[in-house]
Amino acid sequence: MIDLSLLTDGGVGWLDASGPSSHLILSTRIRLARNLADHVFQGRTSETEREEILTVVERAARDSVLLRRATKFRLDRLDREDRQLLHERHLVSKELAGLDPEGRVRSGATLLVQDRIGVMLNEEDHLRIQGLHSGFALEAAYAEVDRLDAELGQRLAFAFHPEFGYLTSCPTNVGTGLRASVLIHLPGLVLTKEISKVLQGLAQVGLTFRGLYGEGSEVVGNFFQLSNQTTLGSSEGELLDHLGKMVRQVMDYEEQARQVLLRDAPAIIEDKVWRAYGLLRYARALSFEEAMNLLSGVRLGVGVNLIPDVGMYTLNKLLVYTQPAHLAVAEGVSPTEPDLPFRRARFVRKVLESEVGRRG
Amino acid sequence: MSCDQCREREAVIHLTQIVNEQVTTLHLCERCAAEKGVESPGAVAKTPLGTFLAAMGKDAPEQTPAPRTGESCARCGASLQDFRESGRLGCSECYHSFETPLRDLLRRLHGSTHHMGERYAERGPATPSNGGHQEADLREQLRLAVETENFELAAELRDRLRVAE
Repeated sequence: MIDLSLLTDGGVGWLDASGPSSHLILSTRIRLARNLADHVFQGRTSETEREEILTVVERAARDSVLLRRATKFRLDRLDREDRQLLHERHLVSKELAGLDPEGRVRSGATLLVQDRIGVMLNEEDHLRIQGLHSGFALEAAYAEVDRLDAELGQRLAFAFHPEFGYLTSCPTNVGTGLRASVLIHLPGLVLTKEISKVLQGLAQVGLTFRGLYGEGSEVVGNFFQLSNQTTLGSSEGELLDHLGKMVRQVMDYEEQARQVLLRDAPAIIEDKVWRAYGLLRYARALSFEEAMNLLSGVRLGVGVNLIPDVGMYTLNKLLVYTQPAHLAVAEGVSPTEPDLPFRRARFVRKVLESEVGRRG
Repeated sequence: MSCDQCREREAVIHLTQIVNEQVTTLHLCERCAAEKGVESPGAVAKTPLGTFLAAMGKDAPEQTPAPRTGESCARCGASLQDFRESGRLGCSECYHSFETPLRDLLRRLHGSTHHMGERYAERGPATPSNGGHQEADLREQLRLAVETENFELAAELRDRLRVAE
């Protein structure tokens, strides 16, 4: 079993709801895809070559200021439960953790992480430099990732083309290699059925959306990850600016949708959010998906001041700690344990009871 | 993952829908998706690369200049066929080996082929040789910009080159 307590805030500082606009935005994530010039891309690397990549990058990281004290996790030496735990904490991608149904962990798959930034090694690209911040914090998150990129770039030879920019294994990432995403909660737009229009509009302006866990994941609990689709032809600043503007607009739409709901159907909304709270507070069995949807309802209730006693931080914690691997670890059982829904319901009850107790 | 509709073929299109205030994701194989006339933002977002890769296979003989499908990258040995199948390039040299078809692909994917972001050479260690390297890099970019008739970029690069010199 890995010990995540070694990480600052257990690696979940991003969910403390301290960041800007954290009532709507859970976290902001930035990643830069980089490859070493003197190695072939990941699809063609041998086991030995991946070890070499790991050695070279780790040495550069230990020389750097930002990853000097990094904690290292070799995913290829962890069992599935631990890999899932890191993935649920949004510290590694599904691909690096080898969690796809037919997927296997690639040898050499490694995470180096220190505070809010880190590097995934031997992912689809040799390096995926990443940063994760609480709330809506595109500039702050990019500034850190950019500094780490500069530090590593001084010590490593990155594959760079004068016209195409940073070269990546998949042409969809070439250029800046930058993917910025904002994890946003949009229950108002889902309830007013405006969400498809908004998502279609985003696609037209070069943005894309994914589910809670990024690429290939489904939308659960009305959480959407909005991110830039293109990486070439605009500077990093322009990409972040554009995404930021669009996210602010989506936030406005969401606030408007909530106002419409409160104006046109106040009783229905009040019933909906308290019903969600009641189920979380008293249900005896909860599936992960049901818990996510109920948490979404309560989050909406807290956001529009209908439910006074629950903090955003508590809701964020529940979001992470009711996931299968987290719950299994807390309960000392396997994530495939059949009575997990009962344990989940008990866990949620306990947290909510203590929250109400604490606030008197 | 098998298709939600026919339960036989592999699901390749993941359609997120909002039905009765619930967000649901439908996993469909290509055929069932086509029958349903599916075109979701998610699916659309996924198509540029897919359609292009498919088109490269079908239309290759008619295109001029034709992507030289038989050729492979001198450094890693990857062929265009490999790229078509995996969607991944073999090494950084592949960007030179398959430059023509890739340039076309990048234009479709990103609407541009010119990196406008931070430049790697400029931020390397400050060695005496670095200045000359930077100038050479700028000159190469300028040449490319003129070649591809990107005059706005060329003007910017010319100004930067003057400063560097």
